[in-house]
Amino acid sequence: MKTSDLLRETYSALTANKVRSGLTMLGIVIGISSVIAMVALGNGAQASIQASIQSIGSNLIIVTPGTQRSFGGPSAGRGTAQTLTVPDAQAIKTGISNISDVALDVSSRGQVTAKGTNTNTSIVGTSPSYASIRNVTIDEGNFLSDSNISSASKVAVIGPTTRDDLFGVGSEALGQTIKIKGVEFKIIGVTKAKGGSGFTNSDDVVYIPYTTAQHYLTGNQYLSEIDVSGLSADVTTQVQSDVTTLLLSRHNIKDPTQADFSTLNQSDIIATASSVTGTFTILLAAVAGISLLVGGIGIMNMMLTTVTERTREIGLRKAIGAKRKDISLQFLIEAVALTFIGGIIGVILGAAIAFIVSDLGILQAQVSLSSIILAFGVSAGIGIIFGWYPATRAAAMSPIDALRYE
Amino acid sequence: MIEIKNITKTYSNGDIVFTALHGISFTINDGEFVAIMGPSGSGKSTLMHILGALDTPTTGTYFLDGRDVSTMSEDELADIRKEKIGFVFQSFNLLPRTTVLRNVELPLMYEGIDMKVRAERAKKSLIASGFDESHFEHKSNQLSGGQIQRVAIARALVNNPSLILADEPTGNLDTRTGEIVLGTFQKLNKEGRTIVLITHERDVAEHADRILFIKDGNLLEDSKKHTRRMAKI
Repeated sequence: MKTSDLLRETYSALTANKVRSGLTMLGIVIGISSVIAMVALGNGAQASIQASIQSIGSNLIIVTPGTQRSFGGPSAGRGTAQTLTVPDAQAIKTGISNISDVALDVSSRGQVTAKGTNTNTSIVGTSPSYASIRNVTIDEGNFLSDSNISSASKVAVIGPTTRDDLFGVGSEALGQTIKIKGVEFKIIGVTKAKGGSGFTNSDDVVYIPYTTAQHYLTGNQYLSEIDVSGLSADVTTQVQSDVTTLLLSRHNIKDPTQADFSTLNQSDIIATASSVTGTFTILLAAVAGISLLVGGIGIMNMMLTTVTERTREIGLRKAIGAKRKDISLQFLIEAVALTFIGGIIGVILGAAIAFIVSDLGILQAQVSLSSIILAFGVSAGIGIIFGWYPATRAAAMSPIDALRYE
Repeated sequence: MIEIKNITKTYSNGDIVFTALHGISFTINDGEFVAIMGPSGSGKSTLMHILGALDTPTTGTYFLDGRDVSTMSEDELADIRKEKIGFVFQSFNLLPRTTVLRNVELPLMYEGIDMKVRAERAKKSLIASGFDESHFEHKSNQLSGGQIQRVAIARALVNNPSLILADEPTGNLDTRTGEIVLGTFQKLNKEGRTIVLITHERDVAEHADRILFIKDGNLLEDSKKHTRRMAKI
């Protein structure tokens, strides 16, 4: 029997009962399309979370002060200690290899006022390298310069949200002055909108030189954070442990568990977030996979019905010379054709769902080629698996009994 | 040529053993028109299945054109049916919702013959069985009983078989249409076809040249000197 004949037989068998073939196919269409759409949504979520973490900075290692060490007394909680100093940051910059830059942070929150308006925002005293390390880009004017730091100038760079709060949406802020704790600052730059990331809105912020912050706002020499940027993603773990070793020795601490600071590696956060979203994607795909399985059982059900209905036809075909192989192949191809066509429609439908979700701005869904190939493979596989039993049953019929079947 | 030697057929269903054929022997030469006749339960259906290579005998031998069919495997039997035997069934067994031409082409499809050649041979075969040419593209469910049986005969002819095996071909037809079908067999026999007709009606059997009468699994009578009754067409 020729392949073209086999396909022709399949076509006429499937079109003989269009409604039934269509409904059976629908099970596969829904299964495949939900797998495609769910995996696309999961991948989209993963990518968006990763992008959001990347926007914090590049290959970042954040060093924060640890618990205030007090012997016997109550613990004041992490991040409250005054243990990090400017010399610590300088030692990191000069003493550790594979880093591109180091930024210093003296952060606090406070009331910021401008002609008749005021807002409560985060005030970040920092150094010029902050812009490159934390992916801050300037929209108008300039970021803080080295001379601003050395002269502890009273200048500020503000985020777009802060500008909107203080001067109105989209208005000119360059050259205006704002007051923080009664000290006047001149605005020298406005940053580009970056979008919220993590727990803070990085657009609602005022950047001032860290020297100025130490002098006017905190009144001490301590830092609230040191940001270290590794040269590449591969070296961040090494840099993190080097920084830890260096600071332990500078602070004369022998037991690492007693460290008065803690370090956070950006790639750790990304890895954690990826594993969370990855698990989520697997969960979604598993639910969709169950519907695919149900669709496959629908195929088997229809094929078994068909085999029973066409018993006499099978008997006739065998009587005029069809072999076991011819019969089983015919029914197997019918099942595979159903799942394969269902698979194609399902892929198109799944991609369409992903496209609509992206288009509505809910989530940037990503249809991956691998999920399409997998879906095709699975649908063809389901056709073979669930078509096998009915086809074998048809092929095993004795022509005499089949011809007599009423 | 068909040579049946001492064939038996035993069915066993658990402890119950039933013998349908008790050692039957006969020879049918090429070009003969033979009727196998017997009441229901006589074993004629079992004999038909063995003659048609749908089944093999329990003991004994069956040579068809010099080949021993009695010991063949399932696939070898399928090949014999495909190449040497044309069936005409009582209940016609055409594919539903399928055109006349495709129904007749069906045996050729399993031989892997090209579609164009198939259509040509199917047309020839339909004309030979007296089927009206204008109905070639009709679907099988749009035909009358007589037309259906002609399609069935054409399908049996299309692979140019050594033996046409007709199992109660007039059983579902009225007398007049039955006569037409029997007339078609007589015409084909005249053209040199070997035809074996299985029936329980003497009237029908008498259209053949030779009647084998089977009863209780035994061949009771082999009347070769029978004068053929001509079909009234």
